Amino acid sequence: MTIAIPPSDNQHAERLQPTGWLRYFSFSVDHKVIGLQYLVCGFIFYLIGGLLAGAIRIELTSPISDFMPRDVYNQVLTLHGTIMIFLWIVPVVNGAFGNYLIPFYVGARDMAFPRLNAVAFWMIPPAGLMLISSYFITGAAQSGWTAYPPLSITTPAAGQIIWILSVLFLGGSSIFGGINFIATILKMRRPGLKLMQLPMYCWAMLGTSILVVLSTPVLAGTLILLSFDIVAHTGFFNPSMGGNAVVYQHLFWFYSHPAVYIMVLPAFGLVSEILPVHCRKPLFGYVTMVYSIMAIVVLGLVVWAHHMFTSGTPPWMRLFFTIATSFIAVPTGIKFFNWLATLWGGRITLNSAVLFSCGFILNFVFGGITGVALAQVPFDIHVHDTYFVVAHFHYIVYGGSVFVIFASIYHWYPKFTGRMLNEDLGRLHFLLTFVGFNLCFAPQHWLGLYGMPRRVAEYDPQFAFVNQLSSVGALLMAISTLPFLFNVVQSAFKGRIAGDNPWNALTPEWLTSSPPPVENWTGEAPLVTEPYGYGVPADQLDLAATSGRDLWTNGQ
Amino acid sequence: MVLVLGGLWIGQNVNLLPVDASANASVYDELFRVLFSIGAILFLGILGVLVFSLIQFRRRSGQLGDGLAIEGNLPLEIFWTAVPAFVVLFVGLYSFDIYDRMGGMAPLSHSAHDHHSMVAGEEVWGGIGSSSSQSGSETGLLPVPIEVTAMQFAFLFHYPKEDIMAGELHVPAGRPVSLKMEAKDVIHAFWVPEFRIKQDVIPGQPTVLNFTPTKPGRYPIVCAELCGPYHGGMRSTVVVEDPEDFDTWLTNNTKAPVSEA
Ligand code: HEM
Ligand SMILES: [Cu+2]
Ligand SMILES: [Cu+2]
Repeated sequence: MTIAIPPSDNQHAERLQPTGWLRYFSFSVDHKVIGLQYLVCGFIFYLIGGLLAGAIRIELTSPISDFMPRDVYNQVLTLHGTIMIFLWIVPVVNGAFGNYLIPFYVGARDMAFPRLNAVAFWMIPPAGLMLISSYFITGAAQSGWTAYPPLSITTPAAGQIIWILSVLFLGGSSIFGGINFIATILKMRRPGLKLMQLPMYCWAMLGTSILVVLSTPVLAGTLILLSFDIVAHTGFFNPSMGGNAVVYQHLFWFYSHPAVYIMVLPAFGLVSEILPVHCRKPLFGYVTMVYSIMAIVVLGLVVWAHHMFTSGTPPWMRLFFTIATSFIAVPTGIKFFNWLATLWGGRITLNSAVLFSCGFILNFVFGGITGVALAQVPFDIHVHDTYFVVAHFHYIVYGGSVFVIFASIYHWYPKFTGRMLNEDLGRLHFLLTFVGFNLCFAPQHWLGLYGMPRRVAEYDPQFAFVNQLSSVGALLMAISTLPFLFNVVQSAFKGRIAGDNPWNALTPEWLTSSPPPVENWTGEAPLVTEPYGYGVPADQLDLAATSGRDLWTNGQ
Repeated sequence: MVLVLGGLWIGQNVNLLPVDASANASVYDELFRVLFSIGAILFLGILGVLVFSLIQFRRRSGQLGDGLAIEGNLPLEIFWTAVPAFVVLFVGLYSFDIYDRMGGMAPLSHSAHDHHSMVAGEEVWGGIGSSSSQSGSETGLLPVPIEVTAMQFAFLFHYPKEDIMAGELHVPAGRPVSLKMEAKDVIHAFWVPEFRIKQDVIPGQPTVLNFTPTKPGRYPIVCAELCGPYHGGMRSTVVVEDPEDFDTWLTNNTKAPVSEA
């Protein structure tokens, strides 16, 4: 268990780590095992977070607080938010797919620091269990995933402290992961592979990891100060001790706005891998894609106060953050136009992976439009902290990131297992998710505009019908998980054998067996200089298949 | 073209907002319609392109080859960088004009509406109409000063001149009102959806909110910042009255100050 063979060693050596299914429960240092550990672990937390969401939607079917006590409601919504962000989306779009794919993409046999990688993963289950068990032992935190003081200082201390501890662990895990990705992408590239030849997901992960490394320590510091305020009665953020409550919000959002990009930039990268394969076309505008990722990273660091337009912010700050936030829409827009251009003129296979990716495009565009509206101070002053904001970020985080996670599972499942998923169940899953999602969240825009604040257990009876509609959508979303779960389990045993490269893809993870051997390739790693070399150049249309562009070369 | 007209039509004709009951509400609604029109055009356009591509370029049975190898198109990419940049710049400037007209940038105000800010004795940390020391007004009406205290889980309103305490906010229609707000315990937020304004009420950091109610009626005051278990129940009412009724209410209450709950 403790002896890991250095990645450069002979790939046929007898391994001391468990090799069967047991290795998924071990301290494995194989990046592929760790990736799948992240994925499955994240999905289990997703189901738990989903149950909590169900509890919230049940409470909200009636305008009075009747399903659970009010303080329990606040615990539930705090746990829901924290679990979905820190235990599902961040670990899965970064940890799961990042660990599985990045070493392939750079032509390495493992991550730069395999053992740090395993440590980073194994910090997650205990932190998650601690967070959830706090509900049963002391009562969970009640101040929302944002934990604004003084509320977080005055609500029961035990739950809040456990919340802080587990978020610190999860943040630590995420920093370890980020360092590892940066090192792997910059230093572990196969000789001959240039940066501008990397698949787009590497760029997305590079950008994301920079954000992680720059901003997560700020969150950690802030939460430590907050915990001092709670246990040692210091006065950093506590106005009754001479502290300043708004400073916490600045520090918190300095991390948490980048955090939303930590959740969505990797998803952008994954979509950039999926679409070209199934459209049989090169990714449109590689270079502008790279620059827009970097622009998003830079701008993403200077827009945090758009979450604080109604806090005590002076007018100049409101002006600056409105403009900065609006401009994020430009690089983001470039990426969407590039994806549309990738679809244009392709030979698109309408399978589940593509459907989920296109669902992502639609949902995210919608969420981006409401986002630009929210960036406008006068607009935001009305809808801040209402269901409009809830709708906005669910369009982004669920309609964006979660849709992409599903698309990626449909795309890479054959690689993970060597078997195909059932397409009919996949399309059913997409249909139910898409309809349920929109039914659940689209009406919430109206709720917010019309006067329903967020994080409430009781509300004005005039909103009852629309809330019930939204709950029906949530029910559909819950049901949509069933065909998916059934599909994933059943196909693992009975699915059609996929072969090494069922999609005829060119990126390096497909140029090995499915599932891949322990050190990724039995021979030398292939040099892929044009990961998106699909398609027929216009002047060669008739030469088609073989002579087309066999653009990856093996060996030197 | 159809798209633009359609988007404009949607923007102008779909109404998603409650009645506008303050001077800045109608200004806000103007902004909302502009944003909504632009958003609708963009969204419908992208929806159209996406659906068209999925239908037109789907793989039909028997097609085995790849699509066209188009790797990029610089003029096109410049085009769709420049246009959104221009649009967001326009939106940003326009919304600042709107914000200005709502009184948010009070010192720069060249607004036709009555907006007043109070001369704050102590430091005021934020809000609308707070940054200015201007006191003159086009209509010659001085703002009605009211002090708001928020606590778990209620708002209290204090009329300093008459020394009235009330649990409901009474304000005269057509006269500017200036709220000075502070919280006792945790952060709350004062929101009147029909006025389209919201401001956090923060312990230790007074904030101000200036507005001019226009339509008499009773509107909800909602706490919009999570403040504890009864956050959802933390609601109150603002009563906008004709100035005469307001004055009667003031005099009635000055004699025997009662706090209504
Ligand atoms: C087009 C770019 C975007 C813009 C202009 C934008 C703008 C905004 C603004 C101004 C708010 C504050 C609303 C308020 O609290 O009053 C907000 C909230 C939020 N946004 Fe976005 N957004 C964008 C994209 C994203 C992305 C990509 C994500 C995540 C993946 C995201 C996730 C969130 C979340 C989670 C919140 C709410 C946080 C909370 O209060 O709990 N947004 N967005
Ligand atoms: Cu943000
Ligand atoms: Cu409150």
